[in-house]
Amino acid sequence: MNRQSEDCVIEIEEGIKVIPGAGAVIAGIDKIANWGRISSMWPAVFGTACCAIEMMTAGSSHYDLDRFGIIFRASPRQADVMIISGTVTKKMAPVMRRVYDQMAEPRYVIAMGSCACTGNVYNTYSTAQGCDNFLPVDVYIPGCPPRPEAFIDGLIKLQEKIKNEHLRWSRWR
Amino acid sequence: MNSKEAAEKIREMFPEEVREIREYNSQTSVIVKRDRIKDIIRYLHSDPLLNFDLLKDLCGVDYSGKKETRFEVVYHLYSLEYRSLLRIRAEVPEDDCSIDSVVDIFAGANWPERECYDLLGVVFKGHPDLRRILLPEDWEGHPLRKDYPLQSDLGEKEWKGYLDVIELAKKNMEFETK
Repeated sequence: MNRQSEDCVIEIEEGIKVIPGAGAVIAGIDKIANWGRISSMWPAVFGTACCAIEMMTAGSSHYDLDRFGIIFRASPRQADVMIISGTVTKKMAPVMRRVYDQMAEPRYVIAMGSCACTGNVYNTYSTAQGCDNFLPVDVYIPGCPPRPEAFIDGLIKLQEKIKNEHLRWSRWR
Repeated sequence: MNSKEAAEKIREMFPEEVREIREYNSQTSVIVKRDRIKDIIRYLHSDPLLNFDLLKDLCGVDYSGKKETRFEVVYHLYSLEYRSLLRIRAEVPEDDCSIDSVVDIFAGANWPERECYDLLGVVFKGHPDLRRILLPEDWEGHPLRKDYPLQSDLGEKEWKGYLDVIELAKKNMEFETK
């Protein structure tokens, strides 16, 4: 037990150090917050059309989103990520915006499927041409509908994005 | 009684009203004037020999530029007893775009009539609650009409509620973390 003090600190990842035996972690607050955020992205589901079926499949035991710490929540107030899965009608737009506004910071939006990204073939009177007209979208997942693998890839992309964030604190904190 | 006989029966009972009986792929449709549509439907519904007791569907068609009278309201009637399907097509002109409601006879016609009013602008006289059913209440125009713009960008005709959301989203951008 007469090792140098530097040897007692183990770097488990870039910028994160652990002192074994002391139960202590040394890291920037951003690193720890981001680690917590990527490990528990609770989505507020907003299934508006057929893409929701693929989303449900991704959540079921075969693909198992729980292993990423993704647990579907029924309330936007408990959610971090909003998954827009399906066609967005103009009539639905105010509702969608309202749900988003109820979410607490930090909040993210995933547009799942071609309809939510761009409106797809539905260039008609009733369809909004992409939910990014009224929501700040972080990740776009193309496909009609995207397979669960593509959906999970989108979620991992969002995790990578969150990982690189600095000083993201809400002004209402 | 099968649908062909039923069509002839209508011609017999309402000779003034029936314009044409058409047969296509063993489907019978009767094209009628709109004025006594309620009597025709009531007759089909209540006559024990016809007994068309199920209104399968009620919808509207816009024949703009293809026919003299622009609109048609189509009733699909089915007889559960005789297993026969009959299509009644009532012609509705553009200048007086209205027809009698059949909600008194078929309560299930309530929402289809509202849908037809919502999307085509056909007014159903005597309907207990003629409001829009699918589109927002303050929507302008009837989108299934052929002269309605087809694309999503409606320009000046855009629904105000949607423009409000885009406006709100722009306003709320300052609360987003950059």
